[in-house]
Amino acid sequence: MALSREQIAMRVAQEFKDGSYVNLGIGIPTLAASYVPKGITVMLQSENGLLGMGPYPTDEQVDADMINAGKETVTAISGASIFSSAESFAMIRGGHVDFTVLGAFEVDVHGNIASWMIPGKLVKGMGGAMDLVAGAKNIIVTMTHADKYGNSKLLDKCTLPLTGVNCITHIITDLALLEIKDGAFHLLERAPGVSVEEIQAKTAGKLIVDADVPEMQF
Amino acid sequence: MSGFDKVVSSYEEAMAGLEDNMTVIAGGFGLCGIPEGLIAQIKKMGTKGLTVVSNNCGVDGFGLGILLEDRQIKKMIASYVGENALFEQQLLSGELEVELTPQGTLAEKMRAGGAGIPAFYTATGYGTPVGEGKEVREFNGRPYIMEESITGDFAIVKAWKADRYGNCIYRHTAQNFNPMAATAGKITVVEVEEIVEPGEIPPSQIQTPGIYVQRVIKGSFEKRIERRVTRSA
Repeated sequence: MALSREQIAMRVAQEFKDGSYVNLGIGIPTLAASYVPKGITVMLQSENGLLGMGPYPTDEQVDADMINAGKETVTAISGASIFSSAESFAMIRGGHVDFTVLGAFEVDVHGNIASWMIPGKLVKGMGGAMDLVAGAKNIIVTMTHADKYGNSKLLDKCTLPLTGVNCITHIITDLALLEIKDGAFHLLERAPGVSVEEIQAKTAGKLIVDADVPEMQF
Repeated sequence: MSGFDKVVSSYEEAMAGLEDNMTVIAGGFGLCGIPEGLIAQIKKMGTKGLTVVSNNCGVDGFGLGILLEDRQIKKMIASYVGENALFEQQLLSGELEVELTPQGTLAEKMRAGGAGIPAFYTATGYGTPVGEGKEVREFNGRPYIMEESITGDFAIVKAWKADRYGNCIYRHTAQNFNPMAATAGKITVVEVEEIVEPGEIPPSQIQTPGIYVQRVIKGSFEKRIERRVTRSA
């Protein structure tokens, strides 16, 4: 069965390494913060200028001067630091953030990502996504494998305007975990109960499948 | 001392000299850390044809969004917009021009502008619509695009406290774009919650040195919250 949003987030969180600095995009990526495995500590970076983002505040803790990149009220953990937007993107662009997770409309076999603009629809902007994909050392994209009409989002070549080029190495969808290398998607894991055939049918770009593809473990 | 006293007592004085078609750089992220009173003064003055440089454009009826009501903004340079219906409407009708700029590039454009650096190279936006028409240069085998810096006729900044010399500190994530905006204005106006005497803020804790600041005004702030999310205690 296809993974729920929460299950995608849980699988993302399994990739967290102890002691790493992590930036989570809005949506499913942010949910991953709730599933950090036991014994692992990560420090969350919020690109509006906070390293060490904590949970949402209680009613008493709400402070208009304390928000995350999604403009939601947040708290800072003990040991957090707060800084300017220029400093924040120096960390991001300079490759100091270990791990970035973000959503996308399309990803292709060359590691290109399209996530910010659908021509003909109102364009709201890229926010920090272009800087994040240009700067992070490891990027995981989370998205559904196909759109609501059944069209694959894993392509030979992105059709929408790009957010970044040659930058994505891993994708976690509702059906699979895939790696991008040598101009192809490589199927690493299947969602429990999802067949290789279904994944092949919903992957438009070149897909390499080894003889035995394990199911994800939760 | 008086020559360094930057404090003004009225918003008229704070924004004196702002004229039609000028460029205004504004600090703030969403509605967090925005110079509310200075924006209100620009609305009151009715200045038109403005180019506004800010990460966002407020919401309907609050923040920079109020400058859309009388069509005072000609061009918006921002990383994320459209939290307001009026913005969308003016964009679609062609009354408003928008230059979408990656957030980190926008921060660096302000920082570089204030630091006297006319342009810089960044990998951000290479191979995307943002990079179209921009100079590409390779360093260590990786392509980068050239981005030009930004300066403003005015910079409007929200700080937590400033002393009379214009030395500023910011509070929590209300810092955001404010320190870079402060450096990039020909006239930088800082609206603060509290004005203190020189020496009250320890020198090593000052985040924006007063040399960047021309005017300081004490404001009162609504501090509207855009997305209030809480957990149970």
